[in-house]
Amino acid sequence: MCISSRIDKAFYDIGRLDILALADTPLHRLDPRAKLLATLVFIVCVVSFGKYEISRLLPFSLYPAVLIGLGDLPPGYLAKKLIMVSPFVIFIGIFNPWFDQTVMFTIGPIAISGGWVSFASLIIRFILTVSAALILIASTGFAPMCMAMEKLGTPKIFAVQLLMLYRYLFVLIAESLRIVRAHSLRSFSRKGKITYRVFLQIAGNLLLRTIDRAQRIHMAMLSRAFTGEIKIVRQFSFGYKEWLFAAGFSVIFITMRSADIAGLLGRLLMEIK
Amino acid sequence: MHMADALLSPAVGGTMWVVTAATTAYASRKVRKSLDDRKIPLMGVLAAFVFAIQMINFSIPGTGSSGHLLGGLLLAILLGPDAACLAIASVIVVQALFFADGGLLALGCNIFNMGIIGCYIGYPLIYKKIAGNSPSGTRLLAAALVAGVVSLQLGAFAVVLETTMSGISELPFSSFIIMMQPIHLAIGIVEGLITAGIVAFIWKARPEILDCAATDRPLGDLPIKKVLTGLATVAVIAAGTLSWFASSHPDGLEWSLAKVTGHEELAGPGDGVHSVMEKVQDKTAFMPDYGFKEKTAAPEAADTSSSPVSLGTSTAGLVGGVMVMLLGLGIGFALKKKSGNPA
Repeated sequence: MCISSRIDKAFYDIGRLDILALADTPLHRLDPRAKLLATLVFIVCVVSFGKYEISRLLPFSLYPAVLIGLGDLPPGYLAKKLIMVSPFVIFIGIFNPWFDQTVMFTIGPIAISGGWVSFASLIIRFILTVSAALILIASTGFAPMCMAMEKLGTPKIFAVQLLMLYRYLFVLIAESLRIVRAHSLRSFSRKGKITYRVFLQIAGNLLLRTIDRAQRIHMAMLSRAFTGEIKIVRQFSFGYKEWLFAAGFSVIFITMRSADIAGLLGRLLMEIK
Repeated sequence: MHMADALLSPAVGGTMWVVTAATTAYASRKVRKSLDDRKIPLMGVLAAFVFAIQMINFSIPGTGSSGHLLGGLLLAILLGPDAACLAIASVIVVQALFFADGGLLALGCNIFNMGIIGCYIGYPLIYKKIAGNSPSGTRLLAAALVAGVVSLQLGAFAVVLETTMSGISELPFSSFIIMMQPIHLAIGIVEGLITAGIVAFIWKARPEILDCAATDRPLGDLPIKKVLTGLATVAVIAAGTLSWFASSHPDGLEWSLAKVTGHEELAGPGDGVHSVMEKVQDKTAFMPDYGFKEKTAAPEAADTSSSPVSLGTSTAGLVGGVMVMLLGLGIGFALKKKSGNPA
């Protein structure tokens, strides 16, 4: 893939999640703290299972499914993002069947080894945790998330740092996109490939511009009465809906973690005593 | 080198969260204390710069592959270790949230591996010692190369340690090490070369930027030993507590649940619920003939699970799991249709 189209894609990616976060659904209206807490409990519950667990992980898909529904989020887009980041986990996990060949159970003539079971478990964990995180940001937006983090005890300067990064991310991605496009328009034979030497020039120039930009921003802040103290103004209300959401989901997750809901239901349906 | 939540155990992830949170708090305090409020916008914009520049790949001569800047060392040179640590941490948070690179539980690990190591080991203990205060020529190149290689080697080693200790991946420690370290040697060399190149460029074009970064930073009195011992203490305490949770019972969650409810697990199917269930079962079971006879599984496979698994019950578990999943998807779908209507 050529570089400028890669940058374009990243640009579009962040923008798309941001647009999703602008929607107005019951999920979007919740205080971000409630969603953040529920998601953290969810992730800890999911990853705390033993490595051969499959059936008890499956009920946890309730949470992403319900949230996608409540927040009216596009499941196809989220799935595409999931697949895009899966290579690393698959790469590490695919060694499990290789190293763990003890047979766990057989389906007819096919013996299933522990490695395949743990690999499947790993993939399910991956899908659950990543989709929960994506849903969190797609239903909340970045700025409210940072403010929620600040309210939950993140150092203020770090919250401000996150907000600043996010504000200038788009500006700088656009700037580097222009530089790369200018370069590729002037390099016919190389097909836009950037050599080490050229890269240093590009990076150095972009860095100089960036530092100048920071100086201008600082001036602008000073002229608006910046005294070194950043004020974050945001009204949040942690009402009964938030309590219901955070506490309700946490109770559900911990119940699903501690009691074998899947097994219970399965035995019910199949009449095993 | 972004780790995913799926590869981590709660004990390892939690420990690294505590360590990283403590370091972030420490760095925040240091940055606040330094009187230079120009740094606040500079940190934000430079983090965005790192983000943008990471997307520009360049071809590595003679190999056919391409590389890009990671930026931790560069930020440390421009901002000093504390501000750089916060900036890199913010980049990793955004990557986790928007690109799903690494997860939320893995944030602690990722910030430690890619940020804290470079900012508090690679920069002050290696780069600073070799390069001194006037970065130029071969000293700069050597400093950046060594610092880049060491930071990335340590980072890769931390990834291996964290993954192995979590025990989700079956990869043996030794083969994982053999896979990770050489790749990150190459990445570290590239990182050192680019960092040195960019710093040299800035030094030629606008030396005052580096001068100013080198002088206004209160690095002389930065008690790096204190930082490292502090880090180690926090890590040991956190790991100790969390692993005690983990080892006294298969999982800490069950342990804490036992304290809350007085039972290790909530009432299972074998207890009082069962008799009620049995009655309901007769009415609701729609595939009673599919009940498997209880067979015990291969004993060597059962050692890791808390109770011996039988084929019948594990199949039942799977069926139940799939049912709940379908139910969840159904609910989600129904909600989606409902909320989609008014729009």
